[in-house]
Amino acid sequence: MMASASIVTPSEPGLFERLKVNRNWLGFWFMVPAMIFLLFFLAWPLLLGMWMSMTDMRIGRGGSFVGFENYQFLLDDRDFLRATAFTLTYTAVASVFKFAIGLYLAILLNNNMPFKAFIRAIVLIPFIVPTVLSAVAFWWIFDTQFSIFTWLLQQWGFLGKDQFINWLGDPFLAQCSVIFANIWRGIPFIAITLLAGLQTVSPSLYEAATLDGATGWQRFRFVTYPLLTPIIAVVMTFSVLFTFTDFQLIWAMTRGGPVNATHLMATLSYQRGILGGRLGEGAAIATAMVPFLLAAIMISWFGLQRRKWQQGENND
Amino acid sequence: MTDATIKASRPAAGMTDHSEGMAYLETLPRKVVTVYMPLAIILVVLLFPFYWMVITSIKPDSQLLDLENSNPLWVSQPTFQHIYKLLFESAYPRWLMTTMMVATAATFLSIFASVLAAYAITRIRYKGAATVGGLIFLAYLVPPSILFIPLSAVIHAYGLFDTPFALILTYPTILIPFCTWLLMGYFKTIPYELEECALMDGASRWQILLKIVLPLAIPGLISAFIFAFTLCWNEFIYALTFISSDHNKTVPVAIISNFVDGDIFRWGSLMAGALIGSLPLVILYAFFVEHYVSAMTGAVKE
Repeated sequence: MMASASIVTPSEPGLFERLKVNRNWLGFWFMVPAMIFLLFFLAWPLLLGMWMSMTDMRIGRGGSFVGFENYQFLLDDRDFLRATAFTLTYTAVASVFKFAIGLYLAILLNNNMPFKAFIRAIVLIPFIVPTVLSAVAFWWIFDTQFSIFTWLLQQWGFLGKDQFINWLGDPFLAQCSVIFANIWRGIPFIAITLLAGLQTVSPSLYEAATLDGATGWQRFRFVTYPLLTPIIAVVMTFSVLFTFTDFQLIWAMTRGGPVNATHLMATLSYQRGILGGRLGEGAAIATAMVPFLLAAIMISWFGLQRRKWQQGENND
Repeated sequence: MTDATIKASRPAAGMTDHSEGMAYLETLPRKVVTVYMPLAIILVVLLFPFYWMVITSIKPDSQLLDLENSNPLWVSQPTFQHIYKLLFESAYPRWLMTTMMVATAATFLSIFASVLAAYAITRIRYKGAATVGGLIFLAYLVPPSILFIPLSAVIHAYGLFDTPFALILTYPTILIPFCTWLLMGYFKTIPYELEECALMDGASRWQILLKIVLPLAIPGLISAFIFAFTLCWNEFIYALTFISSDHNKTVPVAIISNFVDGDIFRWGSLMAGALIGSLPLVILYAFFVEHYVSAMTGAVKE
């Protein structure tokens, strides 16, 4: 019917037809489900969080606007400053180790060897298993009395039979333990994604470099590394973001203790906001993470741009 | 089984110039020192916690606490007592079912929304599609740990607190950006000509999506599904914040809050709980290794 009408008079289609056929409207209809989720449960809470951080809201009662009072309070709060410092240390130390060991593992896995596929498959298992469940295993591994590490050290003679290490009870050791667990959990992701990048590097480049007299380190530094830079930048951005905002590993292993030594900003915000009921303060701690995240994204983004430009690639 | 599938798909990854590489120059003793030894050490460290989990969950209580007379790294009289207690004398099966249900529902919702969004962004290309694509990528970078406090207020306001819907409706905010981004990559590889043919034959956009694009993007859908399911299963902070009653908890939260009471004899069942809670994902992973890897690397490469 529509077709015959348009042959006679090529007039504007009706409103309903336009909503169905017009490219922009059609695109809009297809976007509706995703938009509903992202607007109601992501964009709106993000704004609400920033507003809440400027109120004295508590669980069970709405708050009134207090401006930057929460932030001023936090700047004088020793626990908050300590959590911020530890979050930065945690992210920096864990990321460096994850990157170094992950890259090394990727290079090892890129060799030809028997059971290659099987080995690659099992490397990823720490990443598959839910963080909390492996964190519980670490909790047991780092138990004060029955730690298997302590037992091994005792067996090898580094420790006397009656000496015990208070892994998660001593502030510094607890910090080291949670960082260790985070590195353990993060390596597979980095190794497997970098391995995917390594596999796209043609072996003939290495042959050419070797013929030109390059040593092993030079082959890595001048062939592998430049070709891998874009993927390294993306992988490390993700790794840094997720390490910085980590919550579950700490909550499962130490809950921020001993004496608040292992609190990350996320766990502190949960403790103050949800357990302590001071929603406004909790939201302020969470919002305080945003500048750090933006900085991390900016650094990697511009790092990536520069590399692309140097390699003469087109930015699509 | 997984070996064969990975091997089959490998040559596509690189080596387009048929170069054999220089592997033949390496001698075996040299390779043992430079490759196998470091690899073995890293693998042992990576897998040890799981070994420890398994060993602990089948050890009798008496051996758990006795490091003097028995070797803690081995178990002499394995017992299924912890696993039995967990499955038949605790609410664990219920938590497992809840987790499974929440993860499946949230995954299906997200895939549905993501397929439509990814198709619209890559193929309908409405005005501003590129910007929306960028915004969705930014949404991927917003971590749950800065959202959970305001979200809990939202959940209370909608009356969803302490219901499975609190999780089913909030998990998609983590999954949709990821799935959309992954599927966009897959949709871009499908030739336009196929769609043009279908359009000429009078198919609507909806029919094109259902009958042409989706069947061709099945590997991408499987990848998205598996990865999204794993993310749901792994999610902790929302489940911890939005659920308060015992019977609605998911496995990770229940393990932390219901099994941990300072009693040393809990270690056996705690480890059994962690083990059984990971098994479904490990089994899923064993069947779909290459989809899993392509999901992980696909999301990064884009």
